[in-house]
Amino acid sequence: MDRWFFRRLVDRVVRAACLVATLVALVPLFSVLGFIAVRGIGGISLDFFRELPRPVGEPGGGMAHAVWGSLEIVGMACLFAVPAGVLAGVHLAEFSDTRFVRAVRFAADVMAGVPSIVVGLFVYAVVVVPSGGFSALAGSLALALLMLPTIARSTEELVRLVPESLREAALGLGVPKWRATLHVVLRTALPGVVTGIMLAVARAMGETAPLLFTAFNNRDWSEGLREPTASLPVNIYTYAVSPYPEWHEQAWAAALVLVTLVLCLSIGARLLAGGSARAR
Amino acid sequence: MTAGSRTALPLSPAGDGNVGDRLFYGISAAFALLVVVSLIAMVAEMVVASLPTLSTYGIGFAAGRVWDPLHEIFGALPFVYGTVASSLLALVIAVPVSIGVAIYLSELAPEWQHGPLGFLIELLAAVPSIVYGIWGAFALAPFLRSTVEPFLASYLGFLPIFQGPQQGFGLLAGGIVLAIMIVPTIASVSREVLRAVPSSLREGALALGATRTEMVWLSVLPYARSGLVGATLLGLGRALGETMAVTLVIGNRAEISGSLFAPSYTLASVIANEFTEATAPLHLSALAEMGLLLLAVTVVLNALARLLVARVTNPPAGGRL
Repeated sequence: MDRWFFRRLVDRVVRAACLVATLVALVPLFSVLGFIAVRGIGGISLDFFRELPRPVGEPGGGMAHAVWGSLEIVGMACLFAVPAGVLAGVHLAEFSDTRFVRAVRFAADVMAGVPSIVVGLFVYAVVVVPSGGFSALAGSLALALLMLPTIARSTEELVRLVPESLREAALGLGVPKWRATLHVVLRTALPGVVTGIMLAVARAMGETAPLLFTAFNNRDWSEGLREPTASLPVNIYTYAVSPYPEWHEQAWAAALVLVTLVLCLSIGARLLAGGSARAR
Repeated sequence: MTAGSRTALPLSPAGDGNVGDRLFYGISAAFALLVVVSLIAMVAEMVVASLPTLSTYGIGFAAGRVWDPLHEIFGALPFVYGTVASSLLALVIAVPVSIGVAIYLSELAPEWQHGPLGFLIELLAAVPSIVYGIWGAFALAPFLRSTVEPFLASYLGFLPIFQGPQQGFGLLAGGIVLAIMIVPTIASVSREVLRAVPSSLREGALALGATRTEMVWLSVLPYARSGLVGATLLGLGRALGETMAVTLVIGNRAEISGSLFAPSYTLASVIANEFTEATAPLHLSALAEMGLLLLAVTVVLNALARLLVARVTNPPAGGRL
């Protein structure tokens, strides 16, 4: 056989294989989303967001406490992680590349890969045990620890993209460095920074493992930040491993709500990033 | 802010010496330090929490085959086996697919496909682990039991890994779910690595008459190799520590069996299942030691992976985005 023909054949086959790999990688995405939509839609009603779960065997009921609990835990995690992460990121980007800065960057990268269940164990040992019990607060601290390195690194990357001329212009006008950084540099990088935060929030919203031993779960409304608190992911887990078909239905509905929330955040973040990139 | 304070101070990393600047430097440095401190605290706390079993069993902990909390016998080997086996299976499935995706997106796909396809791969990473878990338990595992496992058993049943009762829940299901979850990690890091390969290498190969495949094989991949290994290690780190999805599909039985159809158990899953119910100090500490093991392995893998990836994508300024 002609050698050139053979080389072209190999080329075609490899190209096709790469395309097939891409399609194969996407099959589970559509399968998961389709499955969740079909199985979950039946359990979605206004009551799902308004009512507490009913005992097994009684129809109806909802997961209002878990929806609210998730928002509460993630919201509080943002209070901890966003200021800390953004400032840490600004520090990494704006101050000279000392050994300290390199160590922080490395620690952030390594920490981003720590299994979330280990973060749960850690927060259990340093917060839950000393404070005497599971709490929403402990849950949000665990999520904040997961968000911190991600936000710091994404902020750093975006602050770095701000043109040097902007800094020089601000400093040249006699503005102190801290004001130039906060009001000029960070403001310019803001859409990108917000994108990074939204992606971190989306990830935290779906985390189950770190909440198992921190926020735990609750069959009822939680009575405060120091009480065990229900969340969507933990409830999905509890309901999915239960033997009751009615609970499985509820788990699917909760999964649909969770996926919708998470995907809206991810897609929103993406649109924000795309919009600002085009405007530039 | 005030002009008076700036004369006396020497140039520090904080810039000039004014009060606001020094304050800003200090505060932002404190938060940056927080990242390092929390990582160190995490390692230290896990070591302390696992001291009781560390002193009782020593290294033998990871080699013990029996896990019996009621009689206070703690051997982690079945969990180590389950974790390693499911993660390796995930790599076997995910690495060729992810590298294919990365090559397609960075070398072959027409421009208009880059955005949408990259976005869909990112969405794959955005789906929460628990959601993959219930999909795995209610959709994938039944499908494996009814279709895939009988097929594998009848055509490849002479291999010991495809023998035994077909239950759906087991190593195979765990490996597949993990593979799905690490594909976006490996693919996106690989894509970044491939993007960092200088285009002169591609042009050179094409100018010599290479086909696209030969260009990728002879000039792009050799340059990117260490970065691709790094991407794989990042995926492995993620697979080893993944909890919820695996817990729901792997069957959760502390047995070591050569078959992929057999149920198994992972380190992360046993922590998730037993930690809240454990009361005996030794039991808690045994679970903490497994956490420590996971932490240590993932920290080493991640550090190594970052170094490998940085070797290829080294020049930080310019080139990207």
